[in-house]
Amino acid sequence: MKKTIITVVGKDTVGIIARVCTYLADNGINILDISQTIVQDYFNMMMIVDTNQTAKDFGEMAKDLEELGKSIGVIIKCQKEEIFDQMHRI
Amino acid sequence: MINIFEVAETNEMIEKENLDVRTITLGISLLDCIDADLKLLNEKIYQKIYEAAKDLVATGEYISAEYGIPVVNKRISVTPIALVGGAACKSPEDFVSLAKTLDKAAHEVGVNFIGGYSALVSKGMTAADEMLIRSIPQALSVTERVCSSVNLGSTRTGINMDAVKLMGEMILQTAQATADQDSLGCAKLVVFCNAPDDNPFMAGAFHGVTEADKVINVGVSGPGVVKTALEKVRGENFEVLCETIKKTAFKVTRVGQLVAKEASKMMNVPFGIVDLSLAPTPAVGDSVAEILCEIGLEHAGAPGTTAALALLNDQVKKGGVMASSYVGGLSGAFIPVSEDQGMIDAVTAGALTLEKLEAMTCVCSVGLDMIAIPGDTRASTISGIIADEMAIGMVNQKTTAVRLIPVIGKGVGETVEFGGLLGYAPIMPVNGFSCDAFIARGGRIPAPIHSFKN
Repeated sequence: MKKTIITVVGKDTVGIIARVCTYLADNGINILDISQTIVQDYFNMMMIVDTNQTAKDFGEMAKDLEELGKSIGVIIKCQKEEIFDQMHRI
Repeated sequence: MINIFEVAETNEMIEKENLDVRTITLGISLLDCIDADLKLLNEKIYQKIYEAAKDLVATGEYISAEYGIPVVNKRISVTPIALVGGAACKSPEDFVSLAKTLDKAAHEVGVNFIGGYSALVSKGMTAADEMLIRSIPQALSVTERVCSSVNLGSTRTGINMDAVKLMGEMILQTAQATADQDSLGCAKLVVFCNAPDDNPFMAGAFHGVTEADKVINVGVSGPGVVKTALEKVRGENFEVLCETIKKTAFKVTRVGQLVAKEASKMMNVPFGIVDLSLAPTPAVGDSVAEILCEIGLEHAGAPGTTAALALLNDQVKKGGVMASSYVGGLSGAFIPVSEDQGMIDAVTAGALTLEKLEAMTCVCSVGLDMIAIPGDTRASTISGIIADEMAIGMVNQKTTAVRLIPVIGKGVGETVEFGGLLGYAPIMPVNGFSCDAFIARGGRIPAPIHSFKN
């Protein structure tokens, strides 16, 4: 399964998760795991998603989410899971 | 499964600590381009490079987007041109035409440097080797992206002092030929002892004759990541210090390994090696000298610097070796002056001299790198400095290099600005006593004995 990590960082506001999840649902992207914390008013979220079913290619999805992030006022990044796996697992 | 803290740590390294993949370098053999007809040779070289590398830049950018890690440079290394051009080139000017072809190919495929305008003369020079060397000043002044290197010695062969003498003159001539750009040509020219065949870093990259037709080599970077990690263990003992460097180097190198494998798969070119070198840039927080300061020195160059650098270099290797299936190239810590803000500060503060830098090169990769010296330095003095550095490499069975920039029209106390990754540098004083008679002797220094090590 191809897994992608989506990270959302920025000032906390109402509806961040809702809007990100709506985009993912609309595009057939399945959420496998969500973790979220707030440090000093800063919203920090990580999602592990499965992108096997989506029609979008990786670049498009990353761009859409980046734009969505801008409209909410947060930074959204998409990265393939391998970079984290490689770095933190032997 | 990966957790939020691990993800945050990785992204922090990328966003705040300048973690990046410094270069994906595609090595291309030009041996099958050899032809006695110069025009045909030029055409074949252009075609081979274009066909092999046309997707290189796009591949680098694609990988960068997928993993969210910058891939700063995409580069090419080719078979030493003295070997490729030997049959066709009858004069230094003929070799310059090959340099122009390399430059044209580099522009066409969009890479920022192409290395391999090189000669391997550690024991002797062929007529072609000598013509290539004599063509370097012109070749580097009429091209933009071509990098040149010459291997002058090795532990097995000794040092070719005729070539050392010649290179002192050529470095000065290259400086003169590019005097209108602050002698920038010399920033693209390096001499080696024990040059590796698979180095992905410029200016010394070339595709050795022991390599396959094409190969992907990757150079990682992460001085900022190491420095930040060490900030958390201030005052701890050497065991803790070394463990921290090792673990950090492991993480940094894993990224290089991932990128190298992915590039290799996408381009259908075998994966060669990951070069573990800690390569600084002039950006603040991306400096090897700052790591030395974090280890406990007021400035790079203070007493203790050589020991600190030795342990840094060794721990980087120890951590990196386990992270990659194949390690090669130069793999260690680079200490270029102009490309490292901490080094520049140390020179400006008077903490770091050419002699101390020479001592530091005994324990790290690679050598006297990107050092600006007065433009009126004599060729024999440059040759003397080269000979000293080659001797260190020869005796210690390691790669050493010299990339000096005699800045024409400038002297000690002035600054030279190269721009971009090459940075800027204060001009350093050079010991003015003569070594003319030593350099004028000619011939070779024999290879050192390989037992009775002391």
